[in-house]
Amino acid sequence: MIELFKQPNLDWMGKAKYFFALSGTLLLIGWAAIFLCGGIKYGIDFRGGTDVDVRFAKAPDVEQLRNSLRAQGLGNSEIQSISDIANPNSNEVLIFVAQVGQGDQALDEAKAKVLSALNATYGVSSTGKQDFNAATPTTLANFLSSKDPLALSVGAGDKYQQLAKAILAYRDKDKNGVLTSLDDLAKVSGVTPAVISAIKDGFSPAPFAIRNAEIVSAKVGGELRNQAIRVTLYALAGMLVYIAFRFEWVYGAAAVLAVFHDVLITLGLFKIFGFEISLTVIAALLTLVGYSMNDTIVIFDRIRENSRLLRKEPFADIVNKSINQTLSRTILTSGLTFLTVLVLFLMGGQVLRAFAFALVVGIVVGTYSSFGIAAPLVVAWNNWRGHGGAASTGTAAGSRPRGNEGGQPRLATSGRR
Amino acid sequence: MNPNLKWKALFILAVILLCIYFVLGLPNFPTSLTALKDNFEHQIRLGLDLQGGTHLILQVQVQEAIAQETDQTVDRLTTAMRAKNIRYDEVRRADDTHIIVRNVPSDQLSAFRDLIHEQYEGVWELSPAPGGPTAYMLTLRPSEIARIQETTMNQSLETIERRINALGLTEPTIQLHGRKDNEILVQLPGEGDPERAKAVIQAGGQLELMLLVDPTPYPSQAEGLARHGGILPPGTELLKERPESHIRQNPNDTSENWYLVQHPPVVTGRDLRSATENRNTDMPGQWQINFVLSNEAAKRFGPFTEQNRGRQMAIVLEHQVYSAPTIQSRIEDQGRIDGNFSQEAAHDLALVLRAGALPASIKYLEERTVGPSLGADSIRHGVQASVLSLLVVMVFMVFYYRLSGVNAVFALIINLVILLAALAMFGAVLTLPGIAGVILTIGMGVDSNVLVFERIREEIRNGKSSAAAVDAGFSKAFLTIIDTHVTTVVSAFFLFIFGTGPIKGFAITLTIGLIANVFTAIYVSKTIFQYHLGKMDRQAELSI
Repeated sequence: MIELFKQPNLDWMGKAKYFFALSGTLLLIGWAAIFLCGGIKYGIDFRGGTDVDVRFAKAPDVEQLRNSLRAQGLGNSEIQSISDIANPNSNEVLIFVAQVGQGDQALDEAKAKVLSALNATYGVSSTGKQDFNAATPTTLANFLSSKDPLALSVGAGDKYQQLAKAILAYRDKDKNGVLTSLDDLAKVSGVTPAVISAIKDGFSPAPFAIRNAEIVSAKVGGELRNQAIRVTLYALAGMLVYIAFRFEWVYGAAAVLAVFHDVLITLGLFKIFGFEISLTVIAALLTLVGYSMNDTIVIFDRIRENSRLLRKEPFADIVNKSINQTLSRTILTSGLTFLTVLVLFLMGGQVLRAFAFALVVGIVVGTYSSFGIAAPLVVAWNNWRGHGGAASTGTAAGSRPRGNEGGQPRLATSGRR
Repeated sequence: MNPNLKWKALFILAVILLCIYFVLGLPNFPTSLTALKDNFEHQIRLGLDLQGGTHLILQVQVQEAIAQETDQTVDRLTTAMRAKNIRYDEVRRADDTHIIVRNVPSDQLSAFRDLIHEQYEGVWELSPAPGGPTAYMLTLRPSEIARIQETTMNQSLETIERRINALGLTEPTIQLHGRKDNEILVQLPGEGDPERAKAVIQAGGQLELMLLVDPTPYPSQAEGLARHGGILPPGTELLKERPESHIRQNPNDTSENWYLVQHPPVVTGRDLRSATENRNTDMPGQWQINFVLSNEAAKRFGPFTEQNRGRQMAIVLEHQVYSAPTIQSRIEDQGRIDGNFSQEAAHDLALVLRAGALPASIKYLEERTVGPSLGADSIRHGVQASVLSLLVVMVFMVFYYRLSGVNAVFALIINLVILLAALAMFGAVLTLPGIAGVILTIGMGVDSNVLVFERIREEIRNGKSSAAAVDAGFSKAFLTIIDTHVTTVVSAFFLFIFGTGPIKGFAITLTIGLIANVFTAIYVSKTIFQYHLGKMDRQAELSI
């Protein structure tokens, strides 16, 4: 048997004040950053506007790009370079234009203007041909089928579909999504000079590829934001009710407070590390809510069980014991899940970056909050009740409050015996 | 082997085979590796964020249709009141859902009330207007507003569906969106250029048939205005003829035609049931368009065409006059449009009349285009990362828990297979947030196993025999597992009910994954343990 801990015996509740201090500091730093530096940074989903994600064949001159955008009247647009560990030279920028004015016109215009700024910068003349770097497997396959450069008659459709897939896989994987010369396609197996010249008839490659374009009206952005907040609160309320039903309301409240604490800290760290909150990030935050809640319930379950077994012991000791007993499990599960999301964070690519960051932070904070926040809160409540002189109901469903136990408010002690 | 255990094992095997069949065996039984791969790609549909494509959310301007109904009512009401010789000073639209009628003489009040009662019972509600003792207000009832809203939305949805389908794209999604009843979601997988789709959706918004006030067209808007002393007669508007419809003497001719038409229109897009092109029965070689009106519209259109026989009626789309045929005879619900139509022109016009009858205009709220290469990147990175992390987890589990770890890995794999099968079975779409759900599922799956195994270890430490420890471990961890899972499912339920798009996708995968997890981590895992314990020596140590 390989074991991480042999019968750990740590006094967790005795350190509760340090945990609270740590959480307070983290919350303070994060939210100071939010309040002092322009609020939470929302992604396009929640603030509305136009986002265009462009990848270039070679490193783009951001200053030049900015000037061209300014020439189009988009002086206030934001340009942000994108790169990640898996692909440090992606030559990719994200152009964001906030919505100005009202209505569809304003929305559509921004994208068109960004495109014409790009065309102006890179001297793209309209050739009347389709942009090869924007071609999808379907369009390319249909085009090839109609041209039939391989003079196939039977099963041409299937054949060209596979060829189109291979050609575009070459463009996306080997050429980073931006092909500069169609002649390079000769390296793809199955591509003959006839195929290349057929493609040249219908396509020409632009020196950049639009990877992603999003237009969200500001009104919708606001609605999405409110909805996301509302839905998260509903979910938390639902959990609160269930835990209150299964345990006691104070457990539910403590668990929800702990989860709330996790979300707030994660939001603060998002601000500090400059990640944007998008709809996908909301899904990640919900994942962390689920995860943290799971972790908390495992400990609460143990507390409930131990309360029944160890009636004579002070409540704080029962809690300590429960945390210690579940410690291997906590470390193992958290460690493994942490590894999972760390891999996702490092390798997941640009779209998953903010998402994975939320999970990486969330798992650490979520695990910590179970023993650092949720459990101490329940203990603190019991202490307070104990001092108030009322008989504690610090046990769970199934075990009745003990009657008179020597008149000693047994939940009044915190820390060491 | 214990017969009970045998049935359990058979049941688990059946579930696994069924799930594999759902993921890999449909739609055609695979005979080669490529067929296997094709089946997988067919069954596990990827969301737009993973495969690239266009996502549009559009808002149908339903209030336009409501305002139109009000306009038409004003029109019909004045006609009806004139027919019954009820005097009035003014009947006008106050806002989208209210009509003001002023100064109906008190002796005609009961006739007026009867008219309203007879014609608009349950549709318009009559009440005194705040303006004075002889002013009345007609209010469109909420039930009627809801009905208009519903028909408008259904018709918009159908229209957009027909048009998108005409583009011949693969598996487009067109559906009502969100909980507000006026939004439509259009998803076009693999379509990298939203402009084309948008142009098709928006082409020919609103069909209107309007009576021509003046049969002769004017060469310009200014000329049209000048003919009427600079101010158009009330209830009329000047519309330009569609350039393509304009018959020109020579190619360099740039002249225009402007028509003065009566507003509001007699028939709108909402009134049309169908339109088809047919050979002209009178003039061989020419084509005509036959149209059918809805029953309700026919009741209005019959008397109207009777009255205006010989006059011209403009067919207007998007504020352009397509043609201005003469009303030949009384038209009830069927009619035909004559003109110098070639087959093609007739086909196009019929198509526009049919599919072009968007009952209200459309506004875009969201437009997202994921380039195919970005989608491919996301899926590649996502899959690579998931596989690598799964491997890490599995290797660790086997290293740490030995044979029991193998059991856990097996449970985890079955969990994922069931999850994929359920996605395939329900036709759910795997999106990026869906992958988040999968990750949480993996996390909780590992957690369930760890919980049980740690419990078993504790029991062994306390001196129990292997078999007793396994039993106690599972039964003690059971409640914890149920509690954690139910809590998460409860929250996923709220996310599913109240969330949209990505959040919903997350909730679906998570819920399926968790249910599968209870099955694998408890039922499957325990069965394997029992099987193993049955085979091994009673005194031997459990490999955990």
